[in-house]
Amino acid sequence: MSDDSQFCITTRDLSLWYAKFQALKQVNLNIRQGLITSLIGPSGCGKTTLLRCFNRVNERCGYVTTTGEIRILDKNIYDPDVSLISLRKAIGMVFQRPNPLPISVYENVVFGLRIHSEGGVKKSELDAAVEVALTEVGLWTDLKDRLNDKAVGLQLEQQQKLCIARLLPLKPEIILMDEPCSALDVDGTRAIEELMFSLKGRYTMVIVTHNMMQARRSSDECIFMLMGEVVEHSRTEELFLTPKNAKTAEYIEGRYG
Amino acid sequence: MNSTERSTSSAVPRFVETEFVRKKQRAEWIARGFFAFMAASIVVPLLLILGYIIVHGAPAISWEFLTENPRSGGAKGGIWAAIVGTIYIVAISLAVSAPIGVLAAVYLNEYAKENWFNRVVNLAVVNLAGVPSIVHGLFGVGAFVYFANFNQGRKSILAAALTLAVMTLPVIIASTKEALAAVPRSFREACWNVGATRWQTIWKIVLPNSISGILTGVILQVSRTAGETAPVMLTGVATWKSLQDSGWFLYHPIKDQCMALSMHLYYVATQANNVPEAVPYAIATVLVGLVLLVNATAIGFRVYLRSRKKW
Repeated sequence: MSDDSQFCITTRDLSLWYAKFQALKQVNLNIRQGLITSLIGPSGCGKTTLLRCFNRVNERCGYVTTTGEIRILDKNIYDPDVSLISLRKAIGMVFQRPNPLPISVYENVVFGLRIHSEGGVKKSELDAAVEVALTEVGLWTDLKDRLNDKAVGLQLEQQQKLCIARLLPLKPEIILMDEPCSALDVDGTRAIEELMFSLKGRYTMVIVTHNMMQARRSSDECIFMLMGEVVEHSRTEELFLTPKNAKTAEYIEGRYG
Repeated sequence: MNSTERSTSSAVPRFVETEFVRKKQRAEWIARGFFAFMAASIVVPLLLILGYIIVHGAPAISWEFLTENPRSGGAKGGIWAAIVGTIYIVAISLAVSAPIGVLAAVYLNEYAKENWFNRVVNLAVVNLAGVPSIVHGLFGVGAFVYFANFNQGRKSILAAALTLAVMTLPVIIASTKEALAAVPRSFREACWNVGATRWQTIWKIVLPNSISGILTGVILQVSRTAGETAPVMLTGVATWKSLQDSGWFLYHPIKDQCMALSMHLYYVATQANNVPEAVPYAIATVLVGLVLLVNATAIGFRVYLRSRKKW
């Protein structure tokens, strides 16, 4: 094994139960810093559950039990001294349906800054943050004159970009994406994929997708999961061209799923 | 083979009404008409009741009737004392039940997890809503008149208002919970996932987007509070407590009992002598008018808030 510092997320024997149902079984993973890693597998294989472990949103439901360890930047996020608030500030999440807040575009982008600042932020800082974040996701030219418009009135593609822009002012380490393109059309999907490429390197991205071709196009590494277990984890080309496991081969050929 | 069969069968007319289809259609019309009739039958009694009351009561309503104290056992004078008393009771009661109810509902909807404590609270809310109002009245006598003893063991406006507050609490909790639950979960998830605390989520996103529903639920309780007779009769409303002696001075909420429209209506309609026939109807008209006025304000406010919210 090469040195650990290049790994951003490491799990050790991670298991998770929804009441009596075991959704994750002894998951051991090393997700590399700065790359796009995709999680693929048939419905119900635990991809989304695994993703939601990384910022501990699964625990909202009282009946979830987790065992094992998740180290993010070499800190076990299940340690008692971990604050969920700072954890989620560092690990952003993008959802299947774009979920902008029912406030203006501007307020959406600065929402994180406002809730994490003591005693308020200067208007100039907020303005700057909005411009930087919207430029980074490619919305600035379109929206710079409509910053006070309601965010929920934007096109879906713009909404999804805005949801990504909303994370950036908090300078997250990791961006988790749960099927970020499944509500979008072809152009929207391409736009989000291009955006992911442009963010690569600065942020570690983990993306859950149902779309094998999307995983193939857009990710550096690929993890194939089945029935709560990690079957195969390798570089994307390797996984698609020379899968080591027969189950993986059958899945990427489309025999089931 | 197959294609020849098809071409022969195409001689038979297609897509036409058969007797069976016509039968189904008739059943459909009958069902639709029946349901529509039932829906319309809700409106008719309401209009009849309102019309009957207003036709009989309107002649007796005058400026003097609204602004003078009752005299001669309700046979003469007006109903000013009862209007003031009703407003007192409704205002104090809602001032108590609205904050408690709304905050409790926020807890139940936003914070509570599934455990025995919250199950007990929810069960209590449901059952509290099912207690008859006279039982609330009896509870009010014990709890607020004697035990809390605001007014040396005598009835008081405060005791009556608190009794009604207990009565309206479960309904306010239920309507507030509904309004909160109508805020999409995705908004909350968006907040949590940038590290917002629950309180920040509630304050910045959930409450601003549910306030119209919450207020509507609260204000709709005005009509219930204003109309109740039994519980307030036991705890704070007198048949005769005019504001005559003190002129236009108002009631003292703790030391005084008061008159109320609901109670006064009962009194002049059944107990008093020589009351003109129109007076009870006039009182009813005023009571209904007051409630409709408050509800109309609520509806207007709701429309205004709705127009600002878009998702």
